[in-house]
Amino acid sequence: MPEVKAQTLVVNAALDGEIRRHGEETYPHECCGALVGTGNHVTATVALPNTTEEGPRRRFMVRPSDYRVAEQKAAELGGDLLGFYHSHPDHPARPSQYDLDHAWPTFAYIIVAVAQGKSEAMTVWYLKEDRSAFDEGELNGN
Amino acid sequence: MATKILIPTPLRPFTDKKDAVDAEGKTIGELLTDLTTKHSGLKAHLYNDQGKLRSFVNIYINDEDIRYLQKEQTPVKAGDTVSIIPSVAGGAPTAEAATALPELTKDDYKRYSRHLILPEVGVAGQQKLKAAKVLCIGAGGLGSPVALYLAAAGVGTIGIVDFDVVDFSNLQRQILHATPDVGRSKLESAKTKLLAMNPHMNVVTHDTALSSENALELFAPYDIIVDGTDNFPTRYLVNDACVLLGKPNAYGSIFRFEGQASVFATKEGPCYRCLYPEPPPPGLVPSCAEGGVLGVLPGVIGCIQATETIKLIIGAGEPLIGRFLIFDALRMKFRELKLRKDPDCPVCGTHPTVTKLIDYEQFCGIHPTAPGSIDPTPSGVTEITSVELKKRLDRGDVLTIVDVREPHEYQINRIHGSLLIPLGDLNKRYVELDPSDEIIMQCKVGGRSAKAADFLRSKGYKKVLNLTGGILDWIDKVDPNQPKY
Repeated sequence: MPEVKAQTLVVNAALDGEIRRHGEETYPHECCGALVGTGNHVTATVALPNTTEEGPRRRFMVRPSDYRVAEQKAAELGGDLLGFYHSHPDHPARPSQYDLDHAWPTFAYIIVAVAQGKSEAMTVWYLKEDRSAFDEGELNGN
Repeated sequence: MATKILIPTPLRPFTDKKDAVDAEGKTIGELLTDLTTKHSGLKAHLYNDQGKLRSFVNIYINDEDIRYLQKEQTPVKAGDTVSIIPSVAGGAPTAEAATALPELTKDDYKRYSRHLILPEVGVAGQQKLKAAKVLCIGAGGLGSPVALYLAAAGVGTIGIVDFDVVDFSNLQRQILHATPDVGRSKLESAKTKLLAMNPHMNVVTHDTALSSENALELFAPYDIIVDGTDNFPTRYLVNDACVLLGKPNAYGSIFRFEGQASVFATKEGPCYRCLYPEPPPPGLVPSCAEGGVLGVLPGVIGCIQATETIKLIIGAGEPLIGRFLIFDALRMKFRELKLRKDPDCPVCGTHPTVTKLIDYEQFCGIHPTAPGSIDPTPSGVTEITSVELKKRLDRGDVLTIVDVREPHEYQINRIHGSLLIPLGDLNKRYVELDPSDEIIMQCKVGGRSAKAADFLRSKGYKKVLNLTGGILDWIDKVDPNQPKY
């Protein structure tokens, strides 16, 4: 866990590319995966299967067994689970009410917009402690 | 007694960064109450405004999801480890914003006042009922109370699939139909009764036999399907179509004095195939026409189906999802079995093999197509018709006719000279039959006797024929003076 809740998330160009590629591969469906790292530095991504039963064009779901896989991966890599990423096919990279209803505190939520199969804007969000909304964080490419 | 609770990463800021904390309690519920008392910041993330565990919060006790145990009542023993494991979900905004619900009219307020004062229903719930579209498969024993109560409750659209006409033998339980309706189409009769009950609703009639060709199209406009069928092929067809379309199936079935009910094919719950992956061998489970049914039984089970349908529509209470209710009218007892969604289920599992509707008659072995599944007589013939049998008897052929029905059925009607060996006794009594004789197996409509014939063939009897259509066909074609049941 980061010592102080970092509102800046560092994702280097290679990892940025991995997230985008995953979103483009699964288009027109949503992709999802875990963010592993230390502090506010993402050091690895773990692509996970989208197991939603509500239609993967508009929803994603990481089931508990895959969450455990992500946690184990993080431990193997000597890092923490910092959050999750998912794509919004043909929708802006802004969190939906559904994202808010299902969000966990302290996790970083990266959203990548994928329009017509091409990745566009990428953003990161953190749930407010009272669950009322998300705060937008800053993605840093260093 | 302290139990260790494993805390996932995102919740550790609320437990002083610890990945495991101790809490006291004899059940999961007590444990979580103690946990959220000690670490109050957890509460808002674990529970929703109604005080229920959030859907994406999973509580495991030693690797078992408490949803499949006794939920928050699950007992905790010394040495158990409890884990809170997140599901992570989200998604893009859905295009379809909640469609506006229909307004209630002045008449609606009068008619539904006893609903409107229930906080669980209220105006919003009644509007949901008005907007709802429910399809009843069959307007028979179960379909009657289901459709009547749903119409009375204010469900806006009720569809009914049936192709039958009202028969005298239906009136003992099918309360949509009355004596003057005998001979009339069940759909017409049902529509008249439902609109008399509630003229402010739509009744959509589908005059057809449900099939793999039409099921998906028929179900598509409806929100919930109510299965009131009385045979296995249709039951599997309804289940599979509901799973493929993602529509809940308010299931009920009845036999003699026993009924069953559940809600299948919801997105989180099991389906009928999770419970019964394979149909029983044909003839093993007799239909109500063969085995009989207490007339009031479909009233009890149909009312449970109607209750579950209404709960699903208004979103109140705990639906009968993942629970299988068994009602015994003779002992007047309800039992409840827990059902799990089977990850290997061929329709609703993680890797489904059934992705479109199949031939359900064949699946249930009604028309076996695999050669060799029945060992035929040397001539290759396994069946005999009533007319043929009569001809051979008149000709003086010596035939042993074995009636495999129950004694109380045999009292109502029988083929003269037949020998009564109820199906259940056949494995003890088949030795009474001479393998060199020509044996005709017979029951009410031909299902049980087909099974009995297979059994004899498996015991080495070579000359066994099944009477097609059973005693009912015999009475229709040969001996009309006998009573039918």
